[in-house]
Amino acid sequence: MTQLQPHFANALPHLPPPLLRVENLCKVFPVGKAAQLHAVDQVSFQIQPGESLGLVGESGCGKSTLIRLITRLLDVTSGEIYFDDALLSTTAARQFPRSQHRASLQLVFQDPTDSLNPRFSAYDTIADPIRRLSPQQDKQQLQARVAELADWVGLPQDLLSRFPHQLSGGQKARVGIARAIALNPKLLVLDEPTSALDVSVQAVILHLLADLKQRLGMSYLFVSHDLNVIRLLCDRVLVMYLGKIVESGPVDQIFSHPQHPYTEALISAIPSFESKPHPIALTGEPRSPINPAPQVCRLYGRCPRGEDRCQQVMPELQAIAPNHQVACHFPVSAAADSRD
Amino acid sequence: MTTTLKHTRYVIGENLITFAAFALFLALALMAILGPAIAPYSPLTTNSAIALQSPSLAHWFGTDQLGRDVLSRVMVATRLDLGIAVLAVALSFVVGSFLGTCAGYFGGWTDRIISRCIDTLMAFPLFVLAMGLVAALGNSIENIIYATAMINLPLYTRVIRSEVLVRRSAGFVEAARLTGNGDWRIMAYHLFPNVLPVMMVHVSLNMGWAILNAAGLSFIGLGVQPPTAEWGIMVAEGATYIVSGEWWLALFPGAVLMLAVFCFNLLGDGLRDLIDPRMRT
Repeated sequence: MTQLQPHFANALPHLPPPLLRVENLCKVFPVGKAAQLHAVDQVSFQIQPGESLGLVGESGCGKSTLIRLITRLLDVTSGEIYFDDALLSTTAARQFPRSQHRASLQLVFQDPTDSLNPRFSAYDTIADPIRRLSPQQDKQQLQARVAELADWVGLPQDLLSRFPHQLSGGQKARVGIARAIALNPKLLVLDEPTSALDVSVQAVILHLLADLKQRLGMSYLFVSHDLNVIRLLCDRVLVMYLGKIVESGPVDQIFSHPQHPYTEALISAIPSFESKPHPIALTGEPRSPINPAPQVCRLYGRCPRGEDRCQQVMPELQAIAPNHQVACHFPVSAAADSRD
Repeated sequence: MTTTLKHTRYVIGENLITFAAFALFLALALMAILGPAIAPYSPLTTNSAIALQSPSLAHWFGTDQLGRDVLSRVMVATRLDLGIAVLAVALSFVVGSFLGTCAGYFGGWTDRIISRCIDTLMAFPLFVLAMGLVAALGNSIENIIYATAMINLPLYTRVIRSEVLVRRSAGFVEAARLTGNGDWRIMAYHLFPNVLPVMMVHVSLNMGWAILNAAGLSFIGLGVQPPTAEWGIMVAEGATYIVSGEWWLALFPGAVLMLAVFCFNLLGDGLRDLIDPRMRT
C-alpha cells in the first residue's frame, strides 16, 4: 500500500473525464400496499475509458437491477446516469432504443440460451443491431461485417446459418458477445457471462473477452459471483450488499486488504488449495430489502463487528485511501491503516 | 427454400396420421377450387322424375327430394363451407393476434381493458351469440363470417396473450431492446414469430370448429339460404327424410362435414412441426 499511494496521488489530477458516471442512483419496486423494495439504493460510481470495473455481491443484492438501469432497460427511480457527459437517466427506457447512445452501451447476458431468439439464426442475431442502429448498409457490407465479428469471437463461419438450438453453450455465448460488440460499444456490461458455461469453456470465453477489450478499447463493467474471474480481468471492484455499495477500490487492494467486514468474509470464502484460516461465517438472517430502516447498516445482524452505532447511523462511503472507499464505521484494518 | 421443402417432406413422411391429414386437406382444397368444374351434374337443376333415388352408378350419393344430384351438391358446397371457415379463422387470427400481443406485451391498463372485453364475449354461450349476431346483422355470407370470427376471437386473444406474457421478460426480448428495436418491432419480429408454432395447432383445430359453426348456423336456418348448396342446409333438409328411409340425403354431406373437421384437427400437429424451427434437424 505504501507503494500504491503515491502512484494514485499522481494519477488523480490527470484522469480523463469518466465514461460513465452514476450519481445517487435509486431503484424502488413497489411490492404490495405501502411496501417498497429498495433494489438499488444511493449508488454512485464512475468508470474511466478503457477501465474494467468488477461488480460483486451475493444473489439478490441488486446487481442485475443496477446493470439494467445502466444499460437503460429499466427506468430509474431517482439519481443520474451520465454517459460520455450526456445525461441518460431522463430518457425513458422505452424511448432509449432510438437514442444515439444506444449503440455505445451494450450488455452481454448471463444465460446464452435465453438471450438468443429461438427463431433467429446466428447470422440474423449478430446482424440485428447493425440493421437497426447502423447507417444504411448494403447486404454485402453487412455480410462482411458479420463474418468479421464471427471471426473476432472465434465462431466458425459455417455455424452462422444455424439456429440457437443447434449450437453448443460456448457457441451461443460467442454469438451473444458478437451481437454485443457489433456496434463498437464504448461500454460493455457483462452480466456473469460465464456462469452458465462449463469450466473449460469459461476459461476460453474469459480469454476471448480479455482479447476483445484490447482490440476494441472498450470499458467493461463485469458482474460476477466468481471472485477469481474479477481478480483476473478487472482493474477495480465494487462490492455490493443489499442495494448499496459497501466497498470500492483497486482489485489488488481489495483482495489483499479488504476493509469492509462483508468483503472480508466474501474473500475468505474463495476456495483455495493453500492452507488458510477458515472462512469467516456470516451468521444470522440477511436484512430485508423491503422498506429498510434508513439509519441501520444493511449488514447489521450478520456482521461480526456490528455495534450499537451501526443501527443508529448508516455508514457512508468514505475514502480510506486514494481510490479506495468503504462504508463501515469499523473497517477491518482501520488501526493497521493509520500505522501504514 | 430447398431445406423447407425437404423438411416438409420429412414431416409428412415421418408420421402416417399427418400424411393422411395432409392428403385429406389436399383433396378438400382441390374440391374447393375445382368443385363446380368437375361436378357431374348441376347442383341446382331440379328434375322431379328422378327425385329421392338411392345411390346408384349414375348418382353415387343418390338424389334429393327435388331430383338434384347429392354428390354434385356436396362437391360444390366445399368451396362455400371452406371459404367461410378460412375467412372467419383468418379474421379472428389477425385481430386476436394483435389484441393478444398488445395485452401480453404492454400489460397494465391495456391488458385489463382487452381482457375484460374478451371476458364479456366469453360470458355468452358462443353459438347463441353467433345466432344473435347473424339474426341482428342479416342473413348474408359476410355476416356468418363476422359472427364466426367474433366467437373465435377470445380463443386467439387469450392464447396469444399468455404465450406473449411468458416470453415478455425473456433475455432475447431485452436483447432486442438493446439492439435498437422499439416496442412494435419487438412484438412483430421477435415475440410473435415465437408464438406462431403454438398458434398453428389452434388455428387448425379452430378451422374444424369454424366449419361446424357455419354449417350449424345454416342448419338452423340462419346464414346461407336454400337452394344454395351447403353442407349444413343439406343435412337439415335431409334430416326430415331419414325417418322415411332416405338416409343418403343427410348421411353424405354429414360424412364429408365430419371428414373436413377431422382433417383440420389432425393437421394441427403436422403444421406445428413444419413451422417450429426446433423440430428441424
